Amino acid sequence: MKTRITLLIVGFVALVSVPVLAGDAEHGKVLYEIYCTQCHGMNGDGGGINVRDMSVQPRDHTDPVEMGARTDEELVKVIKHGGTAIDKSVLMPAWDDNLSDQQIDDLVAYLRQLCCEQ
Amino acid sequence: MKTWIRSVMAALPAVVLAQSVLADSAGWVQEDCAGCHALDQSAYESLEIEARPERKAPPLFYAGNKFRKEWLVTWLQSPERIRPAGDYPPAHIETVEGEDRIDDDSLPDHPALDADRAEAVAGYLMSLRAREDLIEAAEYEPGNTPWRLAQMNFAKFNNCVACHRDEPDYGGVSGPELYTAWERLQPAFIASYIADPVAWDHLTLMPGQDLNASAVQKLVDYLRMMAEDE
Repeated sequence: MKTRITLLIVGFVALVSVPVLAGDAEHGKVLYEIYCTQCHGMNGDGGGINVRDMSVQPRDHTDPVEMGARTDEELVKVIKHGGTAIDKSVLMPAWDDNLSDQQIDDLVAYLRQLCCEQ
Repeated sequence: MKTWIRSVMAALPAVVLAQSVLADSAGWVQEDCAGCHALDQSAYESLEIEARPERKAPPLFYAGNKFRKEWLVTWLQSPERIRPAGDYPPAHIETVEGEDRIDDDSLPDHPALDADRAEAVAGYLMSLRAREDLIEAAEYEPGNTPWRLAQMNFAKFNNCVACHRDEPDYGGVSGPELYTAWERLQPAFIASYIADPVAWDHLTLMPGQDLNASAVQKLVDYLRMMAEDE
């Protein structure tokens, strides 16, 4: 019984942490420069040109621990509907008017590369 | 009847002259401005987002529904930067010792025009009136939003301050400064653009926030009150 529960937990963790979206990271990188670097920084470390007067600093996308704590679905949600959609800061705006679902998947694929494959 | 014909004949040279000035300005604007500013609506609308990094200045094909003419005439004679990091900020950011900052040397100055040319160019730009439907649908009547509430709408509730400055040295720098917005822009344009920036410009870097009419009203009131406060 214990083994079965352990297997179930391991399986669940694997399901939520492995990227499941068919995003194009290379295209996501292009979109990231266009839409995200002003706040998240040219290197994705959260130090963009807009941050000086911000009350909450933007997420460091190069931090594997911070980014590993978010599922792909959460990242999609926060890009699409803004920070408040996942109980985070209102400072992160909703981009669903500007970006298509595919473009958001591309961004998420790039975020995974940025945080955890470099 | 004779008097009527005489009046028309007398007015004709002025009309012909005005049309000729407009045509001359159109040619001049096409020649000197189209390198940086989009003037052709359909060509601009066919661009994909991947073309955004190449854009050097805002599109002008809806200038007549965007700017106040008197401001244009003045600004064209002594242009000052409105967008601290340029039209495409990532092209003007340098990272020094891990810190992003604006590379001022990479930002080109806008050419200054003499008074006659500025008047003529502004006149022509005001004739470019794409997005008429958006302007007609926009509504703005000055409201009596309390100053503090209007300010909180700008800075806290809608987070405009992340990208825009509402005073010369406070706020984000990737968007145009907004403490001069009221003197530059037509009220209906401001209201419409805040409500749906993507409808105006599909390559905008401003997120559409699906704001309701009340939130838009408070934000436009804030920009107006800032101008009145000076």
